[in-house]
Amino acid sequence: MSFDNAYEAVSEANDQARWAFGTGFTDPLSGVDTSLPSGVDGNDLASYCLMLGDDALIMSHRLQQWCTRAPELEDEVALANIGLDLLGQARLLLTRAGKAGTAMPASAGAAVADRPEDALAFFRDEHEFRNIRLAELSSHEPVDFALVIAQLLVFATWRLALLRRLTDSRDPVLAAIAAKGVKEVTYHRDYAAQWTVRLGDGTDYSHRRMQSGLDAVWPYVGELFDTHPVERALADVAVDPAMSRTEFDDVLTQVCSAATLTVPDIPPLAGVSGRKGRDGVHTEEMGFLLAEMQAVARAHPEATW
Amino acid sequence: MVSAVTSQGRHTPNQARRISDPRAVAETVTDPELPMLTLADLGVLRDVSEVDGTVVVTITPTYTGCPAMDTMRDDLVHALRDAGYRDVDVRTVLHPPWSSDWITDEGKRKLAEAGISPPGATPRNDGPIPLTLGSPVHAVRCPHCGAANTEELSRFSATACKSLRRCRVCAEPFEHVKEI
Repeated sequence: MSFDNAYEAVSEANDQARWAFGTGFTDPLSGVDTSLPSGVDGNDLASYCLMLGDDALIMSHRLQQWCTRAPELEDEVALANIGLDLLGQARLLLTRAGKAGTAMPASAGAAVADRPEDALAFFRDEHEFRNIRLAELSSHEPVDFALVIAQLLVFATWRLALLRRLTDSRDPVLAAIAAKGVKEVTYHRDYAAQWTVRLGDGTDYSHRRMQSGLDAVWPYVGELFDTHPVERALADVAVDPAMSRTEFDDVLTQVCSAATLTVPDIPPLAGVSGRKGRDGVHTEEMGFLLAEMQAVARAHPEATW
Repeated sequence: MVSAVTSQGRHTPNQARRISDPRAVAETVTDPELPMLTLADLGVLRDVSEVDGTVVVTITPTYTGCPAMDTMRDDLVHALRDAGYRDVDVRTVLHPPWSSDWITDEGKRKLAEAGISPPGATPRNDGPIPLTLGSPVHAVRCPHCGAANTEELSRFSATACKSLRRCRVCAEPFEHVKEI
């Protein structure tokens, strides 16, 4: 790209031309009509988008941590690809949250009002994250491939059932994000299911490892189907996760049966005074995850890349 | 879906170059990851129109996390500016979601020529999405030797939109654009 003079070359307007992927990330909802549907409370919608966006963001980060650790190159690429899809979903949902929230009255939704996606991802503290605790589980140190497969199987099965229903949302932006997400999470679930069968129906050792992976994630399953007050308030905009429990159980039964595994019968992990991931109460591992994920952005808060 | 492009003379050229139809200009822009394909071949370019002297280009992402979207926007803006259109607005639409069915016949031919197997038709279903525990049933032909006897090595490849396969006849590995 040529410039008429040296000043033009360094001016902001032309900055993007000099970099392969731009100097800053543009709004992922650029040009999308983000006006609120009639009768929808902006702060409720913001809170809801934050929940689904945080689920995707935190799970994506866990999958990214598998780079250089997967058993084969193909699986490293697979886990990174799945992480990338979820990161894309997180970007859209966090951006939607920031646009939907209004500063008044004070609420969880108000706390995200007008904040761009990067501010929400990198400059919120642990108690402000609304993701389910399943996404936080660490499986990469020490490396436990069966655990990440079990975690992904449960996560993708649950999210796919939820996104499929969300395609009928009265909010056209959520419906569109869900429709794209369904296509992606379908093969995330297939990937995890195929590995579950391969390990479960493999050697005695791989069978034992896969079963213990499933057992380890099972205490976090119950929370996925709790109906949150925001989901209740957003009747035809949000999806009540409790509606998807049967579909989830059917898929898990089918996979476990093909994998010669037992669907665990382990009670759900209690909250802290009843408060769980959706209320901003997380596991011990969440602080370490955020410290790593947010370190660069917090060290260089003005940086663009 | 695609609106007609307005006549050529309405905007004011800011450079002394020949001004062509803005749609024709936008259609020359290629995909950053699959440079043998234009964004039009890929079905990513959804609309080009002119509103009050501004060229409005509408694109849709193939995958939600596709990191090439910013580059596509920049490439479109630069191509149109180089053709003399000063005001360019690139908009994103998410609905309906991109489908590999939108890759044009021309695009599929170019993929095959480049050794990348083009996608077949997308499966349709209503209600709960069926689980796939085995390999996908549809046959994928080897783009090198044409044999139908190929196997999937990984559902994931160098970009989100491709899987990695191998031909059982000529033993060459190849990439396949996934059906979504």
